[in-house]
Amino acid sequence: MHLRGAGRRYGERIVLRDVSLELAAGRTLVVFGPNGAGKTTLLRILATLLRPHAGEVRVLGHVLPRDGHAVRGQIGFLGHEALLYRELTGRENLRFYARLHRVAPGRAAAVLDAVGMTARADDPVAELSRGMVQRLAIARAVLHEPALLLLDEPLANLDPAAAEQVAPLIGPGCGATRVVTSHDPAGGLQGADVALGLRGGRVAFLAPVAEVAAMQITELYR
Amino acid sequence: MRSSTSCWRTEPIVYGKGLRALSLATALILTGAFAMVFFYAPLDADQGFVQKIFYVHVPLAIVALCGFVAGGICAIQYLRTRETKWDMRSYVTIHISVILAVGVLVTGSIWARASWGHWWVWDEPMLVSFLIVFLLYATYWPLRFSLEDKEKQARYAAVFAIVAGAFVPLNFTAVRMAEQYIHPETLATTTGGMPGKFALTFVICLAGMALLFVTMIKYEMASKHATFRLRSLRRKLAGDDDELTLGGRSAAPQL
Amino acid sequence: MRSTVAALLSKELTLELRTRESVPAMVLFSIATYVVFHFGLDRDRVAGDLAAGVLVVTLLFSGILGVNRLFVAEYEQGGFDGFLLAPVDRTAMLVAKAVALFGVLCVVELIALPAYALLLLGPSLTQALPGLILVLALTNAGIAVIGTLVAGLAIQTRARDLIVPLLALPLLVPVVLAAARSATPLLQDGGAGALPGNWIAILAIYDLLFALIAYAVFDFLLED
Repeated sequence: MHLRGAGRRYGERIVLRDVSLELAAGRTLVVFGPNGAGKTTLLRILATLLRPHAGEVRVLGHVLPRDGHAVRGQIGFLGHEALLYRELTGRENLRFYARLHRVAPGRAAAVLDAVGMTARADDPVAELSRGMVQRLAIARAVLHEPALLLLDEPLANLDPAAAEQVAPLIGPGCGATRVVTSHDPAGGLQGADVALGLRGGRVAFLAPVAEVAAMQITELYR
Repeated sequence: MRSSTSCWRTEPIVYGKGLRALSLATALILTGAFAMVFFYAPLDADQGFVQKIFYVHVPLAIVALCGFVAGGICAIQYLRTRETKWDMRSYVTIHISVILAVGVLVTGSIWARASWGHWWVWDEPMLVSFLIVFLLYATYWPLRFSLEDKEKQARYAAVFAIVAGAFVPLNFTAVRMAEQYIHPETLATTTGGMPGKFALTFVICLAGMALLFVTMIKYEMASKHATFRLRSLRRKLAGDDDELTLGGRSAAPQL
Repeated sequence: MRSTVAALLSKELTLELRTRESVPAMVLFSIATYVVFHFGLDRDRVAGDLAAGVLVVTLLFSGILGVNRLFVAEYEQGGFDGFLLAPVDRTAMLVAKAVALFGVLCVVELIALPAYALLLLGPSLTQALPGLILVLALTNAGIAVIGTLVAGLAIQTRARDLIVPLLALPLLVPVVLAAARSATPLLQDGGAGALPGNWIAILAIYDLLFALIAYAVFDFLLED
């Protein structure tokens, strides 16, 4: 992906200003920053959920927002909300999304298994714990085998065992290009290739992971 | 009038140009029209002096109807080009048309009272359909106001303006069809067999109203544009423009 | 597109069957409205234009109830995002929701109409039924299309429950008008009369025009 001078405003407030970065295919970008720094906005722009108000954004070779419809099928998005219907079961939710993404129904079952939710797949989402909901959300995000994964704090609410279980799907070895937000300096840098620090909507630092010190990250939060 | 401040000269769109000439023309034609109404047009055989309200009521209605449709067309342009100026035009057109619509309701009510003794009659299709249209457009402002994000506000308002603009002629036709068996339409008297003097007076009044409409639109756009420029300059003077949060929310579009 | 609509519809059906929110509420509301009309109009039975009016107005108000809830699940549970992320034609949401609302209205009427005949309606329904079904189907279509459009407009606003009726009622006036005029001869005392072709045509044309407008415009409501 390729961004140049990307910006986004909300009413009078500018939430993202002049963000430029490049990320090669298969690489991982980790995004650090305090709440309100614009991490989620950046992810949503890349996911084609928001259109950039300034600058140029190119994802998987397509220009956004113009060609958004062309890339949607190749993007997997995991946001703060699980995007699951609470009254439906996990299985029904995944089957629904499988139909929307035109993915074989068998894939839903496979993905359920991969996140370890097959046992509770037929309980309504409203009855599941947050960790389980997070696992289902991850399943939803990878259901259509996307080439680009946009993960907003993917390991939130997951215990270490669950985190290990989902690692092959969304972790560094999964094969997709990844953009991950994180509040954890050490964990975030591990498994990433490039690090981006956002503060107040602007780029505080952007460098390969090897050149980034933990101090720079904690600076962001001051 | 020519703008004299240097910052205006750099603006591609200048509002306020020619406004004085337009206002003069409007005032002239309206005065002439009213003079004609009172002195030139003959008294109506059965309704008498009261019928003269018709020269205000119907032109107001026609101009307002066209205004609502125009608001919808500006909205279509906004959705196509995403330029805020079209959103502004749509907003202002609808705003002025609603004011005219209130005028239609008031004059229509006076006419009804004077002609038939009631402040409201259901068999006047113009009056009834304007009531419905007024009720519809009255939600334009709450709708705009409740959407904070300016871009979303403009987009949703545009959708509303298009739907409502399409609705206005459909509604008028439907209401007219409902009443056509009961009361002869006033428009039939304006299109078909209107004797010369009636027709001429009517046309002049219509032209006057149309000019009034355009003048009011231009005034409002110029005033909004000036307000926006003022705020923008204030912001620039204050320094960084994203540190300053301006006032609260508003229903009006910003350029 | 068709598969997307099918997927959305099956989700709607599953949700409605599981939560049983809309249909029972709308049915009960219709019956309550008949009771209110009985006391409000001080009538034991209605016929002719009064019968047509009461029927259409009741349908309208319970329809508004359904419209209010149309997009709530999507909005509150982030379902919009999930849909927007999928590589689908976004107007499918409009089609699916409008068809769902139409279905709900038809199911509600299956119970509300006999209830009407039982409680308030004077003349017998047997002769009028085929014509009445046509009128109600067209009315439901109008309410479904305009309701979905208005719900889409209002869902993002804060005063959503207020804005929906304020927008929907004026837009539905021609539907109410044409439906009532169409149903009047069917519900008169001396046996059902002929269906007035011109009013049916107006109803159908209005529905069609608004369906086209909604189709053209809906995309702009979903994007961001």
